Amino acid sequence: MADIRMRVNGSIEKLDVEPRVSLLDALREHLGLTGTKKGCDQGACGACTVLADGERIVSCLALAVQYADRDITTIEGVTSPLQRSFVRHDGFQCGYCTSGQICSAVGMLTEHAAGAPSAVTGDLATMEIELTAEEIRERMSGNLCRCGAYNGIVAAIEEGIR
Amino acid sequence: MRYVGQPIDRLDGVAKTTGAARFSAEYPYPNLAYAALVHATIARGRITRIDTGTARKTPGVLAVITHGNAPEMKPAPKPNQFDMSTLAAATSVNYLNTDEVYWNGQPVAVVVAETLDVAREAAYLIEVEYAEYPAAVDFAAEEGNARPQKSTMLSEADGRKGDAEAALADAPFALDLRYTTAQVNHNAIEPHSTTAYWDGDHLILHEGSQNVAWVRDHLAIRFDLPKQNVRVISPFVGGAFGGKSFVWPGTVLTALAAKVTGRPVRMMLTREGVFRTVGGRTPSIQRVAIGAQLDGSMTALIHTSVCQVGRTGGWSEQVTSVSRHLYDAANIQVQQNLVGMDLLANTIMRAPGESIGSFALEATVDELAYELGLDPIELRARNEPARNPLDGKAFSHRLLMECFEEGAKEFGWAGRPQEPGSMRDGRWLIGMGVAAAYHPAWRFPANLTVRLSDDGTVLIRCGLHEMGMGSATAVSQIAADALCVPMAAVTVAYGDTALPDTTTAGASSQTASVTASLLAACAKLDRAVFTLARKTPGSPLRGLRRADVTARDGGLYNGSRGESYHDILRRAGRASVEARVGADTRLGEIADQVRSMSKFLLDRRRWVKAACGAQFCEVLVDSDTGETRISRWLGVFDVGRVVNAKTAASQLRGGIVMGIGLALTEETLVDPRNGRIVNASLSEYHVPVHADIPVIDVRYLDDPDPTMPLGVVGIGEVGVTGVAGAVANAVFHATGKRIRDLPITLDKLL
Repeated sequence: MADIRMRVNGSIEKLDVEPRVSLLDALREHLGLTGTKKGCDQGACGACTVLADGERIVSCLALAVQYADRDITTIEGVTSPLQRSFVRHDGFQCGYCTSGQICSAVGMLTEHAAGAPSAVTGDLATMEIELTAEEIRERMSGNLCRCGAYNGIVAAIEEGIR
Repeated sequence: MRYVGQPIDRLDGVAKTTGAARFSAEYPYPNLAYAALVHATIARGRITRIDTGTARKTPGVLAVITHGNAPEMKPAPKPNQFDMSTLAAATSVNYLNTDEVYWNGQPVAVVVAETLDVAREAAYLIEVEYAEYPAAVDFAAEEGNARPQKSTMLSEADGRKGDAEAALADAPFALDLRYTTAQVNHNAIEPHSTTAYWDGDHLILHEGSQNVAWVRDHLAIRFDLPKQNVRVISPFVGGAFGGKSFVWPGTVLTALAAKVTGRPVRMMLTREGVFRTVGGRTPSIQRVAIGAQLDGSMTALIHTSVCQVGRTGGWSEQVTSVSRHLYDAANIQVQQNLVGMDLLANTIMRAPGESIGSFALEATVDELAYELGLDPIELRARNEPARNPLDGKAFSHRLLMECFEEGAKEFGWAGRPQEPGSMRDGRWLIGMGVAAAYHPAWRFPANLTVRLSDDGTVLIRCGLHEMGMGSATAVSQIAADALCVPMAAVTVAYGDTALPDTTTAGASSQTASVTASLLAACAKLDRAVFTLARKTPGSPLRGLRRADVTARDGGLYNGSRGESYHDILRRAGRASVEARVGADTRLGEIADQVRSMSKFLLDRRRWVKAACGAQFCEVLVDSDTGETRISRWLGVFDVGRVVNAKTAASQLRGGIVMGIGLALTEETLVDPRNGRIVNASLSEYHVPVHADIPVIDVRYLDDPDPTMPLGVVGIGEVGVTGVAGAVANAVFHATGKRIRDLPITLDKLL
């Protein structure tokens, strides 16, 4: 077992976990933060997306011990106008992928602000990439929504950046 | 109506965007244990040895349950049309009560441990040996063994008008085509999950379900308990699409694990576990043949299908249903066939039958139009029936051609060159396609209660299900309008067998079913409250007739005379007034169910009811790689009255997105040697992602169906129908190639 500390949603949490425990299971099963969802446990669906020091990661492919002393934000700690926009634009149906979509969108906007290009960016040298619907779709494609609420999610993010 | 029809935000929106919504694997229990499954690795045979020694010795393991030590469970009941809950058994296998293996993936052991990781580790340490039996697992190879499907009360498997084969042979113009569609899986993002515990001889389950009553009834039978000893709680369901309608092994085995260990047990299936223990949509082989005059009028329509069912169970899809209703052919023959396979039982998945049947039919109609040199919409107009083509029944409501007309105008359909391969943008070939969408409307009995309290609030108690349709929001809107109270005053309690049994969340029937009972209950409540007001001394409504009184602003009034519900109840000294439909007594429930079912059957004799629509799509096909992208989509639908403009549009869009997956990327691959699903993951089974989906324009005509409660026709499934047909037709328009096998992957276009 490993004794670690982690800042989760602003408060220091002590965790006593086996080294094999994923960050996702540590959040859900040890800390009771079930807002972060498990959809595939293989990094393929994005439902478990959280922010580690502001960067979006899939927490199922992260070991909790790797994130000792790091700053983790889960949906329970997110306060973003995007949440209201998701409701207004019906950017979800069942709600199971929603936590991951919102955390991913927050992280994606930070990446974009830092000038990170995507696979559909034309000019890779520019720091002023316009966040078009095409750019949003490309950058959000790691987050699956089986209910098919993609239009609403993109509209919510577009509203969020206006 | 103040609320019905409005684009109102979902009532559970805040819970779902803040992480507060709890799904079935998220209920905390002290002393919770975790379970993991071991799956069979052969298709058919018998277990000859299971070595659980190492697993049992693993620190933290509480129990390893196999057929050697599992407590006895009762077998699943035989399906019986007169007791719908018997349909709940997804398979007939008595899990862990037999040494026989019926499909590759069947659970052969359950490990229960203190932690999730220990359970998973120990599951890997179990060694199983088998004696293998011959098995039929290759669907394509089994086509010749298919036998005619039996009709049921709910679904007819064959139909005939005239002599379609003879008419086809005599037709001046004929097409006779073969199509195949792949097995696909629901892949709701929430894997099937159960948290179960026993309190003495009471079993309590948190379970994502489309039918909590079925889960309760089924588990009561399996564990030999009175129904009332089982409670199933399911307020949030993380997607379902048919995959959470029936009771799959994980649910039963979690309850069993909790019984064996005496602990609360949680089991969330792995994604692979979902593929191996929860059935998908059957693959199909279809024949569609159309004979026509040179003016396009159809003289013959033949639609036959071969689908699979598992030998231990499986849903018989109504693949040819669309061909009973869509075209006014002089002679029609439809026939569904099934072949039994040694595979996991297939199950219902969004528009079972119509989704894949409409692909074959609509692709053939498109091909016919091109061969005759007619616009595909014009060909449809020439064959649009005035009455149901197969049997001459009246349509309760049908605005299919109106959908095509509005869609064609909005999509710029007329402006396209009809010649295939004639539109191009750089290396992208551009094509436009159209297809009809069609899904029957259903309605089932639903029990519920409506309670008006003296604070003016309304509580609706009904065991409905919320998998993302916005059901509770829609029900609140309808109730608020029916009782003339603000929506904020209405609360809906749902997703729990402690509430009256409502209905299944399937066949796009839930809203219509609940609406019928809700309106009846609200009318009863209104009468009860008025009677109370009329009789209460001092009431301003005293002595009035109901006809003189209007319900408005949360009360009953005659002009300015009258008072609020709050005052009526207070004056009468009543804390609340409640109205029930079907839920008064067990006898009342049965009487209401019989009444409702006979009305439904009578209705079916008289009317053909359905949602329909026109799907328009534009595709881009890479001329070098064969990659197909959807660039534009428009769906125009006739879905009767729309209760919530926002959530209805989302459901229709969601259906279209799932249809795009069916058309282009989704395929569950079964190893023809051993029946093992080889791509049991979301990395190798490709559901559409953000980048695959353009803006989907969805419109509806909002014209109430006169024979349905409030004019509501289901909307959950019609969106997925016609989609694959429209895509295939657009691909032809872009490339000149007819792809008759789904999914339309790159290799088929090169």
